[in-house]
Amino acid sequence: MAPRFEGVDFYDVGSLLSEEERAVRDTVRQWVDDRLAPVINRHYVEGTFPRELVPEMAELGFFGANLPEEYGCAGLNNVAYGLIMQELERGDSGVRSFASVQGALVMYPIHAFGSEEQRKRWLPKMAAGEVIGCFGLTEPDYGSNPGGMITTAKETKDGWVLNGAKMWITNGSTAQVAIVWAKTGALGDAGGIRGFIVPTDTPGFSAKDQKGKLSLRASDTSELVLQDVQVGKDALLPGSKGLKSPLSCLTQARYGIAWGALGAAMGCYDEALRYAKQRVMFGKPIAAFQLQQQRLAEMLTEITKGQLLVLQLGRLKDQGKATPQRVSLAKRNNVNVACDVAREARRLLGANGILVEYTAMRHLANLESVYTYEGTHDMHTLILGEEITGISAFE
Amino acid sequence: MKIAVCIKRVPDTETRIRIGGDGASIDESGVKFVVNPYDEFAIEEALQRKEKAGGGEVVAIALGPDAAQETIRGALAMGADRGVLLKADKVPADALAVARALAAELKDGGWDLVLFGKLAVDDYNHGVGPMTAELLGLPCVTAVVKLELEGGRGVAEREVEGGMEVVEFALPAVLTADKGLNTPRYPALKGIMAAKKKPIEIKPAALGEARVAVTTLALPADRKAGRIVGEGPDAVGELVRLLRTEAKVL
Amino acid sequence: MANVLAVTEQRDGALRKSSREVVWAARQLADAMGGAVDALVLGGPGVDAAGATLGEAGADRVLVAEDAAFARYAPDGYAATVAAVAKAGSYGAVLVAATAAGKDLAPRVAARLDAPLGTDVTGVAFAGGKVAATRPVYAGKAVQQLRFDAPLAVISVRPNTFAPGSAGKPGTASKVPAVLESRVTVREVKAAEQGKLDVAEASVVVSGGRGLRGPEHFALIESLAKAFGGAVGASRAVVDAGWRPHAEQVGQTGKTVSPQLYVAVGISGAIQHLAGMRTAKVIVAINKDKDAPIFQLADYGIVGDLFEIVPKLTEEIAKARAG
Repeated sequence: MAPRFEGVDFYDVGSLLSEEERAVRDTVRQWVDDRLAPVINRHYVEGTFPRELVPEMAELGFFGANLPEEYGCAGLNNVAYGLIMQELERGDSGVRSFASVQGALVMYPIHAFGSEEQRKRWLPKMAAGEVIGCFGLTEPDYGSNPGGMITTAKETKDGWVLNGAKMWITNGSTAQVAIVWAKTGALGDAGGIRGFIVPTDTPGFSAKDQKGKLSLRASDTSELVLQDVQVGKDALLPGSKGLKSPLSCLTQARYGIAWGALGAAMGCYDEALRYAKQRVMFGKPIAAFQLQQQRLAEMLTEITKGQLLVLQLGRLKDQGKATPQRVSLAKRNNVNVACDVAREARRLLGANGILVEYTAMRHLANLESVYTYEGTHDMHTLILGEEITGISAFE
Repeated sequence: MKIAVCIKRVPDTETRIRIGGDGASIDESGVKFVVNPYDEFAIEEALQRKEKAGGGEVVAIALGPDAAQETIRGALAMGADRGVLLKADKVPADALAVARALAAELKDGGWDLVLFGKLAVDDYNHGVGPMTAELLGLPCVTAVVKLELEGGRGVAEREVEGGMEVVEFALPAVLTADKGLNTPRYPALKGIMAAKKKPIEIKPAALGEARVAVTTLALPADRKAGRIVGEGPDAVGELVRLLRTEAKVL
Repeated sequence: MANVLAVTEQRDGALRKSSREVVWAARQLADAMGGAVDALVLGGPGVDAAGATLGEAGADRVLVAEDAAFARYAPDGYAATVAAVAKAGSYGAVLVAATAAGKDLAPRVAARLDAPLGTDVTGVAFAGGKVAATRPVYAGKAVQQLRFDAPLAVISVRPNTFAPGSAGKPGTASKVPAVLESRVTVREVKAAEQGKLDVAEASVVVSGGRGLRGPEHFALIESLAKAFGGAVGASRAVVDAGWRPHAEQVGQTGKTVSPQLYVAVGISGAIQHLAGMRTAKVIVAINKDKDAPIFQLADYGIVGDLFEIVPKLTEEIAKARAG
């Protein structure tokens, strides 16, 4: 039985948190150890999402935790929200992805761009885990360039008809509702992109699991196909307008991911350290060897830097000052750091490190997806580059 | 139902113990404090009983330093309605002194149930609960693993050597909770936020004289280093020989 | 000159093993205090017969409180009776064995006598005119010395710690009134499996952990325990998994045991488990992982496949004990 995770906190970042923030972190931390850790290996190997855990996660308030209490959400501040993501991803990136999608990519746009009626109709049920949602932005040929999407929404007498395909959609095949982004105007006009709440049982809507994944295996990833999907006028998110609407959702999710990646890194570091102290080779624990100490020192340094980075980002976000570029910097850095930490931890674990019994390789594989999604590492580089220099280098 | 739960702030059981400078207490620097794990069963039972009864009040009472407010807030986050802190900079080693202070607070409270954890994982006294019951003149069952309540009467089960003791009593009563009584809920995140708004009354603890003194606290003597006798079933003969001739336990 | 009152425990009219231990502990303390040992026996009619051996165990006098209501442990009645006896004599200490009943009884008695309490102690002494005790705290990670600043202290002693001796004292018997009070009533004791030795009472405990791989393999542990004449214990992992009952769990959230011999089979040695058995006199560990933490605590260890080792050990122990 794995020992309880006690955290990695070399610079006493915990003392910069409020009592509630620590309590939130500790609740999720304990839940992950008690409920997620014992089942995640099986789900990862079998390629299934631990759906059975959704009711508990909902009851504890993990979904849309930073949205207001009046919609059945926990009403937490953004640092607390980040801590939830940190601890969930220490459990598994796929499970954290579920929570990110539900909270930041489905509940957030309904809250930010929806009518009051839409908010009241959907948010409480989504907070309660009774309705699962997915976010349909990425397409087979339009990943880093979502503005090029070819999914369309044509206005009809009674509403809209949607046509197109989306890919790499987390929760796609389990969702009851999809937030689909489609072009309402000419295909060349990204300004016509708007968001639609599409129940997944609408005729013409189908979702198919993408098979053969070697990463994020404990997560549903699907293709969505929309063939003459008819929705009513009330499906439109009235406040959505142009590409910046879905991008602002991504900014929310990326914020959570910057914290989450650190959680994975902290878990890998902790496991590697315990192992190094116990594993004896040549008559002493491998922690006594200089090269392993260097590995561990590097990991701890990067984790510590990353922790301070996201804490300040969270405080800025609570002040309304977390610009997309500030979030980009954190996502880019922390995910990169986590990939390195997972890889080095895997190496420190030696042959044992390839077994699912140890978390490093699962995290390593998962983090490759996290590196790629929500804006690839390279895309965030260019976002920062443009912000700093004023010159776009995207094309 | 009106239920009081007495809880204690204790060092986390994973803590590495270091002896403090006075040689009679632990060095608290860097120690993580949590609610006594057995008290969690008591809090959970209180919440479930209140829910079953369709209403009432659950009050979390702690005797301890200011920092114990955080412990009380944990109980509030689980769902307790309000808290009371009987403030004492140091919790005495004298369980009767603690019981006296608690009894003074609980007296005349009109409680249907007063719940405790069976023991605290720092001092392992399992004394405060039953002592408080004696001072209040209330029926008491300790180390309860199963509880049924019906119409002002209760039946509790507790583990004894070789079986389960079944005990009957009338309410109001004092019970101390053991592992297995229930599964404590995690504080929901909404509950953590709501806890901030619930009241905690702070009063000085009426401890009186403490007549148990801790003269020293020390790390246990190291066991003599052991050894691996051998590998596989071939080592069995040697082990048996050692158990007989060296350890002399055969 | 103060005497020591030793409260014994009986089951079905026979004294439990812990009773000799508590009388012996009382003897040590009384000798240090220059006083006598009164052993108190509470039980149903005819229980005075059980008290006959207590003189040899170290008691100067044997006091018997007999009543049909006392055949089984009765918390309030026992507490009231002990308190009445304690008040009627001049005692410096009241000792109880820290069994399930004793742990329940001692604090009640202490509260009734307005006396300080020391529980589950591993040593008692008399120094500077005061009773003192040694006891483990923080899950056995530290040891406390206590001093009781009162004329009378109530102390519960950890079973299996005060190895009883022989003292050849008179053990003169007399009756004391049974004080009947009952705020709670013990309706019955639901017996566990017949003849199963409780892990907290046994002098040998053989415990199994996750290394056993499944509940069906616990038969290996049961056989080895039987060969030793000991009890079966279990780690928290296998209890949580539902393989074994909680009553067998050894560890922080289970029982703390101090047997003469503790054999840990397929148990890695998490701190919470060690907390429950680290005071065993001799510890043997059998595990396939030579780096398992249990080997750091064990006096003797065998590294290897328990499925091969345990049957062989069972055979050898049975032979050794028969021969």
